[in-house]
Amino acid sequence: MKHAEIAVIGGGPAGLMAALAAAEMGAKVTLVDRNSRLGGQLVKQTHKFFGSEKEYASIRGIDIGRILATEVHKNPNIETMLNSTVVAYYPDDGVLGIEVEEKKWVKMKAERIVVATGASEKYLLFENNDLPGIYGAGAVQTLMNEHGVVPGKNVLMVGAGNIGLIVSYQLMQAGVNVKAIIDAAPSIGGYWVHASKVARLGVPILTSYTVKAAYPNEMTGALERAVIWRVDDRWQPVPGTEKVFNVDVMCIAVGLSPLAELLWQAGCKMMYVPELGGHVPVRNDNMETTVSGIYVAGDVAGVEEASSAMMEGRLAGLSAAKSLGYDDGTYEEKKAEALKELENLRSGPVGGKIRKGLAQLAS
Amino acid sequence: MRIEEHPILTFDRGREVEFTFNGRKMKGYEGEPIAAALHANGVRVLSYSKKLHRPRGFYCAIGNCSSCLMTVNGEPNVRVCTEKLREGMVIETQQGRGDLK
Ligand SMILES: Cc1cc2nc3c(=O)[nH]c(=O)nc-3n(C[C@H](O)[C@H](O)[C@H](O)COP(=O)(O)OP(=O)(O)OC[C@H]3O[C@@H](n4cnc5c(N)ncnc54)[C@H](O)[C@@H]3O)c2cc1C
Ligand code: FES
Repeated sequence: MKHAEIAVIGGGPAGLMAALAAAEMGAKVTLVDRNSRLGGQLVKQTHKFFGSEKEYASIRGIDIGRILATEVHKNPNIETMLNSTVVAYYPDDGVLGIEVEEKKWVKMKAERIVVATGASEKYLLFENNDLPGIYGAGAVQTLMNEHGVVPGKNVLMVGAGNIGLIVSYQLMQAGVNVKAIIDAAPSIGGYWVHASKVARLGVPILTSYTVKAAYPNEMTGALERAVIWRVDDRWQPVPGTEKVFNVDVMCIAVGLSPLAELLWQAGCKMMYVPELGGHVPVRNDNMETTVSGIYVAGDVAGVEEASSAMMEGRLAGLSAAKSLGYDDGTYEEKKAEALKELENLRSGPVGGKIRKGLAQLAS
Repeated sequence: MRIEEHPILTFDRGREVEFTFNGRKMKGYEGEPIAAALHANGVRVLSYSKKLHRPRGFYCAIGNCSSCLMTVNGEPNVRVCTEKLREGMVIETQQGRGDLK
């Protein structure tokens, strides 16, 4: 059995910052990620990030990932396990079950755990929504930006939030034709900068539209055609408003929900908060869940942004280290700084939804 | 189709290897996910659903959803969106549940 002082599960922005913060306090950290490289969502983001300077705003996502990963690899207090998926947490003795590479099993007992597993894509209900060619936006990004394979020729993007807009732009960067972006909401959910970028390239953004059905190619069984229709102000579809698109790819970008299986296994108290993406763990301001010694950070704690994920990660890492007795007297100050930064990130109109969700979680 | 030129990204691909898909010879790069190699070869239907035998492709591409189970080197239920391609792999469309040997 392997032993760790602090196990950080997930090497996205939240996990990377958690590992760095705990190591900075002097704790020994084992960082586990199922992917073959660190960075989480960041490795797929070719655009310059929003957020504040502390979280590397206006640097491309891939480069932020690279900067943090390099720091982690350099740090003597951090051991990294890649290609390693944490598949189990045994509540009786607090042991983690990890599948390493292909079918090697490792058990690890950690004194503290930071869960930073991110989020997974939501699905949309319509006729034939299971056809090959209908992919989550994250999947399209992974295929295209990590592995250099385009998903197809013509795409219908479903969802005009930031992810839908950004992935549309990324598809065009890779030479793929985006026929339209649709969203059931009456207005574009994403930031104006991202919307105008795709609109300038001539992609129509149709609001108040949803998917009616998808149809396969008779020969291959894969997507060939998509039909959309308009929804009225009570979200009811309006017959007669159908539009047809000949597309071989439909990309679903209708939001994310926390990837919280390990937290459920551990028996952490969870609460359903739609503003945060679904079921999220109840936690205190150290990011510790209701199970003592288990901390959370990033999208798994509430779907938000890389910038806030980083600050939550920092908080969780600092607090986990502190609880093991690592504190050279700087803990309180560092914690206060991270909390302040989080408050800044969530101020303003864009943070309204998150503030509301967090208030509900705290109540 | 592979992206050969990209305004921002470069791709370091492994060495080129051969594999078979339902007996057909194909080429891909060592270490990339099997699903990416298949997709680059124009294969989008990866499996058939258990009850209704509906065609399935990948959906999440990161090992979360089990939409991409195939038989690899005789072993069923392999998630090909994360399983890495190796020289000489025998990849087959899976019918039904698959049997454990
Ligand atoms: C298209 C797009 C554009 C975005 N643009 C911006 C932007 O401009 N600015 C911004 O601030 N944010 C942006 N975001 C959001 C941002 O990327 C996420 O909020 C952020 O990555 C969340 O960080 P995280 O560390 O919580 O999760 P992730 O980045 O998702 O990382 C989670 C990690 O955990 C690993 N993992 C999961 N489960 C396990 C397990 N069981 N065992 C081992 N490892 C596991 C995964 O492999 C992954 O590496 C964007 C997101 C998308 C999809
Ligand atoms: S596509 Fe979801 S597990 Fe492979």
